[in-house]
Amino acid sequence: MAALEVEGLARHYGEREALADVSLSLDAGQTLVVFGANGAGKTTLLRVLASLLRPHAGSVRVLGSSLPGEAWAVRARVGLLGHEPLLYRELTARENLRFYARLYGVEDERVHELLESVAMHARANEPLRTLSRGMVQRVAVARAVLHDPELLLLDEPNANLDPAAIELVVPLLGAGPGPNGLRTRVICSHDPIRGLAEADVVLGLRAGRPALLRAGAEVDPDEIAELYR
Amino acid sequence: MSGVHAPPRAPQTVRPARPPRLWPTVRALLRKELLVELRTLESVPGMSLFAVATFVLFHFALNRSSVEGDLAAGILWVTLLFAAILGVNRLFVADAEQGGFDGFLLAPVDRSAMFVSKVLTLLAFLVVLELVAVPAFALLLLGSPLPPALPGLLATLALGDVGVAVIGTLVAAMAVRTRARDLLGPLLALPLFVPIVIGGARATSPLLVAVHPGTPAIRWLLTLGLYDLLFGLIAYALFDFLLED
Repeated sequence: MAALEVEGLARHYGEREALADVSLSLDAGQTLVVFGANGAGKTTLLRVLASLLRPHAGSVRVLGSSLPGEAWAVRARVGLLGHEPLLYRELTARENLRFYARLYGVEDERVHELLESVAMHARANEPLRTLSRGMVQRVAVARAVLHDPELLLLDEPNANLDPAAIELVVPLLGAGPGPNGLRTRVICSHDPIRGLAEADVVLGLRAGRPALLRAGAEVDPDEIAELYR
Repeated sequence: MSGVHAPPRAPQTVRPARPPRLWPTVRALLRKELLVELRTLESVPGMSLFAVATFVLFHFALNRSSVEGDLAAGILWVTLLFAAILGVNRLFVADAEQGGFDGFLLAPVDRSAMFVSKVLTLLAFLVVLELVAVPAFALLLLGSPLPPALPGLLATLALGDVGVAVIGTLVAAMAVRTRARDLLGPLLALPLFVPIVIGGARATSPLLVAVHPGTPAIRWLLTLGLYDLLFGLIAYALFDFLLED
């Protein structure tokens, strides 16, 4: 079953075209890795799939529901880890996660588990503004997977993380089976080696348009490098 | 992230899935709002200081031992509304600057919960403001520690507060995503506050006389109540659209 079906997607900001003619399909449990230079449209694509932005043309189906009309039906099943942590600086890690747990109807026990999973339990009661960017990113990872989403949208998920922290979050952001079914992922990346290792499907964007769409195993790192020239 | 191997999933005791209803969401949002204000003290202290400073200025500028009637009511309401504008301008700033809008929009919750929680937050700010400002007003401009006819005054202020909170929330949501939000908020809010000033001042005027203070005129209280209701309905209907892309 297709977890994502995008056909002729376009989105613009005023006069500027951010995405155009994007079409793709991704099965449940697969990972799509999106490459492209800064401003190529990767973040816009993630925000459309997360139902934060409306498509201006084309059709988008996420987990079987059409966006934006049926966005309410998929919100509980999608997790977004973007450039911004979506956390309040004046609240502690625990308060932030509890706040989101209440919005998603998740038990507090899950908050405790996740703080341990990202090794933040010792600093869980300190305001976020006192933590390093890497620590905040770990809390943001916990926020994104709090409700164990079936679709994870990850925008450079390793940003600000040291190697040890990356190892910590790998189990949380992994693909494959979970309690809520197969987890599908869309990852925006600038790292061809890691990205291609994760990709079932690769989408390369150049100025908002698809320049590459192929199975991950068939893509050469040089083709990725070409997207940045 | 190295994902060639299938990594073990995190410990799972999760079970989301039943989206919270309106009031649990409102409670979660309200708790967050009050925690953020308690930690930052960005709104209420500024609003209160502004109001007290304004009363001090009037005290010296008017050079009278006390004021009463229309003049007193006008000073009270205009000062409170300008102080409220400070809170209105800050109402959505943390959400806009720290991604709270997106975090909320991603969640499977009723969007109206944000409207209700922001109105309640602003109402709480206004109540604290008035706990400071009304005694200061009485002391500096009425010449007594407490205004006469206090219950009537509190009832009038409560009706005015509801209108200010509803309109302030609506206007703040419209302005916060613009670059000129600090200017746009007051520009949009002040004309909409005019009926509240008129109704509030007219209802309060008979209460602020030193000898034989009266009761608030019912028709002005009704005017305030109807205005609150009208804007409550308009804001409730429009708010979801303001949050959308």
